Amino acid sequence: MREFGYHRAYDVTGAVALLDGDTDARFLGGGTNLVDLMKTGVERPATLVDVRELPLNRIESTPDGGLRIGATVTNSDLAAHPEVRRRYPVLAQAVLAGASGQLRNMATVGGNLLQRTRCGYFTDVDSPCNKRDPGSGCPALTGEHHNHAILGASGHCVATHPSDMGVALTALDARVSYETADGPGELPIADLYLPVGKTPHRETALPQGALITAVTLPPTPTAANSRYRKVRERASYAFAIGSVAAALDLRDGTVHDVRLAFGAVASRPWRAYAAERILTGAPAGADTFVAAADAELTAARPLPRNGYKVTLMRNLVVAVLSELAEEAAR
Amino acid sequence: MTTATTGRSAADRVTGTAHTRVEGRDKVTGAARYAAEIPFAELAHGWLVLSTVARGRVRALDTDTVLAMPGVLTVLTHHNAPRVDTDFVGMLGVPPDPGTALFQHDRVPHRGWPVALVVADTPEQAREAAETLVVHYDEEPHDVAFSAGREAEAYPVDGHMPAVMEKGDLDRELAASAVVVDAEYTTPEEHHNPMEPHAATARWEGGRLEVVDSNQGTHWVAGDLAKLFSLDPGTVRVRSEHVGGGFGSKGVRAHQVAAVMAATVLHRPVRVVMTRRQMFSLAGYRSPTAQRVRLGADPDGRLRALEHRSLNQTSTVHEFVEPSAATGRSMYAADAHHTVSRLVRLDVPTPTWMRAPGEAPGSFALESALDELAEKCGVDPIDLRLRNEPAVGPVSGLPFAGRNLVACFREGARRFGWAERDPRPGVRREGRWLLGTGTAAASFPAMAMPSTASVTAEADGTFTIRINAADIGTGARTALTLIAADALDVPTDRVLVRIGDSDLGPAMVAGGSAGTRSWAWAVMAAAEELRRGLAPGADIPPQGITVRSDTTEAVGALAQKERHSFGAQFAEVAVDPATGEVRVRRMLGVFAAGRIVNPLTARNQLVGGMIWGLSMALHEEAVREPASGGVYGADLAGYHVAAHADVPHVEADWVDDPDPDDPVGIKGIGEVGTVGAAAAIANAVWHATGVRHRDLPIRPDRILSAGGDA
Repeated sequence: MREFGYHRAYDVTGAVALLDGDTDARFLGGGTNLVDLMKTGVERPATLVDVRELPLNRIESTPDGGLRIGATVTNSDLAAHPEVRRRYPVLAQAVLAGASGQLRNMATVGGNLLQRTRCGYFTDVDSPCNKRDPGSGCPALTGEHHNHAILGASGHCVATHPSDMGVALTALDARVSYETADGPGELPIADLYLPVGKTPHRETALPQGALITAVTLPPTPTAANSRYRKVRERASYAFAIGSVAAALDLRDGTVHDVRLAFGAVASRPWRAYAAERILTGAPAGADTFVAAADAELTAARPLPRNGYKVTLMRNLVVAVLSELAEEAAR
Repeated sequence: MTTATTGRSAADRVTGTAHTRVEGRDKVTGAARYAAEIPFAELAHGWLVLSTVARGRVRALDTDTVLAMPGVLTVLTHHNAPRVDTDFVGMLGVPPDPGTALFQHDRVPHRGWPVALVVADTPEQAREAAETLVVHYDEEPHDVAFSAGREAEAYPVDGHMPAVMEKGDLDRELAASAVVVDAEYTTPEEHHNPMEPHAATARWEGGRLEVVDSNQGTHWVAGDLAKLFSLDPGTVRVRSEHVGGGFGSKGVRAHQVAAVMAATVLHRPVRVVMTRRQMFSLAGYRSPTAQRVRLGADPDGRLRALEHRSLNQTSTVHEFVEPSAATGRSMYAADAHHTVSRLVRLDVPTPTWMRAPGEAPGSFALESALDELAEKCGVDPIDLRLRNEPAVGPVSGLPFAGRNLVACFREGARRFGWAERDPRPGVRREGRWLLGTGTAAASFPAMAMPSTASVTAEADGTFTIRINAADIGTGARTALTLIAADALDVPTDRVLVRIGDSDLGPAMVAGGSAGTRSWAWAVMAAAEELRRGLAPGADIPPQGITVRSDTTEAVGALAQKERHSFGAQFAEVAVDPATGEVRVRRMLGVFAAGRIVNPLTARNQLVGGMIWGLSMALHEEAVREPASGGVYGADLAGYHVAAHADVPHVEADWVDDPDPDDPVGIKGIGEVGTVGAAAAIANAVWHATGVRHRDLPIRPDRILSAGGDA
């Protein structure tokens, strides 16, 4: 393990200045992913800037009725927050579906969005991996890939994004605020993650040295009737093999508004816009839900051993939307 | 000088009553030190460098760069490492795995083969240097592709069970059978993954080699190290006080050999600890199996033919057989009984014993096949087993030393509510879940191995038991305390049991579910002799009075019988056909396992074994990557074991299983809990869904691919 320098920052300007565009330095949040990657040699930073003491640990209502979540809010605090639970149940459920109690106590919102894929080739420094070592190849294409991407991947990388929280935030149109040495900036979460293409090592649109400071949720009344369902290979403490974040607003049996995002199927949380288009204005019911799922999944390009994910996602969409429709009808 | 006082009433007997672990407080407060935690002055740290190719030769190692790094003391490779001798047969009757003969040549027989040890002042320096070391290989094409299709290259090998046993005319009986089941089953590569990684510290002290280790038998490890390094056995001492799990993986392995080599070269203590990732290539594992079972029966389910063929992989340097086909030899009567376990050599690490070696995968296949036969015959799965209950060993013809399988099924069926079961598959729904129940039988050999013990009546009125047992989390130390207290007829607080030190003398390892049976035998022999010779009120000299025992003769004199523990496993599962999720709702195991010494730790062992089977049924699989030859996702995030949330209400209990002819009556409970558990779950999945799953683990992708569309 490489020796590294450690600094603790107490204000945002100081944190950004400490990193100072150093490509060999990393911000340290809860450390639940970065420290693991340092142990295995995937990450070998010369310097860590610890941002856990920054004054970014509050959750506040915004004037328009949304919610602003500080970047160092822990997953546990986020999931337990009464306004999150009341207004955005899908988000609280997604966070609680991830990791373990101990990890959620450490993990932060900013770090969660920037966590790396758990692809076993990425985490093994003795394997080729285009994401870790650009140009070295992707063994997953012909190797082990039963939990790899079916949507939006490329011949250069088929890794998935592991976040549950990010799937809910994507369904909720969250905006990501950040700070750089040149001042603050903001990105819709849909634009935070870059397409895979030929550059899987370039993961986000954040400028070099940027520090995520907050995530803002717009007011979303639809989200009051929302749900996160995660399927994994054991009952707890595993990354998803497929997940759905959904919010549904029914008026007289017709879909008035819907939000739908998928997890564990792509290099980023996957917003199901095609499905939403089918659903909006259509009568709520199994036929519509199947049509919506199929519309989204026509873009799926499964590998030889992950075709089951198409079936899984189709079934999950129908199941979750049916449950939400039933509850809305009550 | 004090006087001996023993004497309690029979009602005070402590065996058979629940006792918490004698070292429990030390363990939960952190006072119990594990191998890698024990401090040594001047300790240096070794880090193993493993091959990144699966087959070939080491052409060169750039050691000069690494030797110049901070804190680095030496780099051991095949150029400079001490020579070792592997031409011997170890305590367990097999030659050493050449994987322990570190750095003797340039050949690489599998990915993850140790090619160097970097030793430095701190573990961080050693690791950084080890990861910096550039090794050049002449790579050769490798082959790690295990499948049933490799049968043509396979050959039978006798391991701890004979490879082949045949009785009767199989073809004739199959042809005469009204009902035939012919099915293939597979189980994947599985890894032990004890919580505590392998760790050893070696040092030379006063002309003796001392190794502080985490293992399943210090006598075994000390003996093999002495032979490997051509040392007088008396000059090697191995200690292993507390062990955080072993499951078969903690024998003689690369870490001890590397530590001894480095301590010898550097003349200072050296510690070598495996990382979790390294354990996937250095600690042994259970081979994948491909099994075929053919059962022929009359319409009522009475077996005419039982054939079980099993294939497993081994390395190119050592033969290890996973004798899965042997599991049925003591289970069911059949006119023709053919079983064969074979292996195929691949460029993989050598597999090894892993909890219920043979029985765990073998029972999955055989007990699934019996369920399929019950379905075909329209016979209740328990009735089917009772109909094929043998009077004597089905192949050996030997009498059983207690066979209470029927009692296990009767008691289990009663408690599980089996009588109300509707045999039809796929008809019970609760919300999104399909529900089903399944059962399977379990058995495991009750072996004993010669052991020595000593019991000392101390001048202060206490008793010290010296027995080279290993408590790998089983509660052996506590069980032996109870055994000794009863044999001496004194309260447990006057008994101190010392274990885990090769200087205590030869004794059975913690393995084969035979540890407590073998050790208790020796302890009872010594304690009873001491008690007989100790007149009440007799004076005890300051050095105490010591009696020694050696059970070699007694164990050898044991009558030839079919000696096994038995059990009946039950499981209820819920399957969501839309998502492929399988949840076990409850499990019940009822066992006949001889005399139960400590119900508290016994239940823990049996429940633990059943959870092991649950994990095998639903979660565990190491994916050996064809291209690299290594294991994909070699850590506990990639290799799933059951989490707490997967483990439902698990109940284990036992029926009376006395054997008046057996001198100890203990049968062993470490492994039988695992046997049959995976089959019971797989059978329940069939009952829930109507779909047979013959390949483990039964994961969501398999449920969905088998046609789980809602």
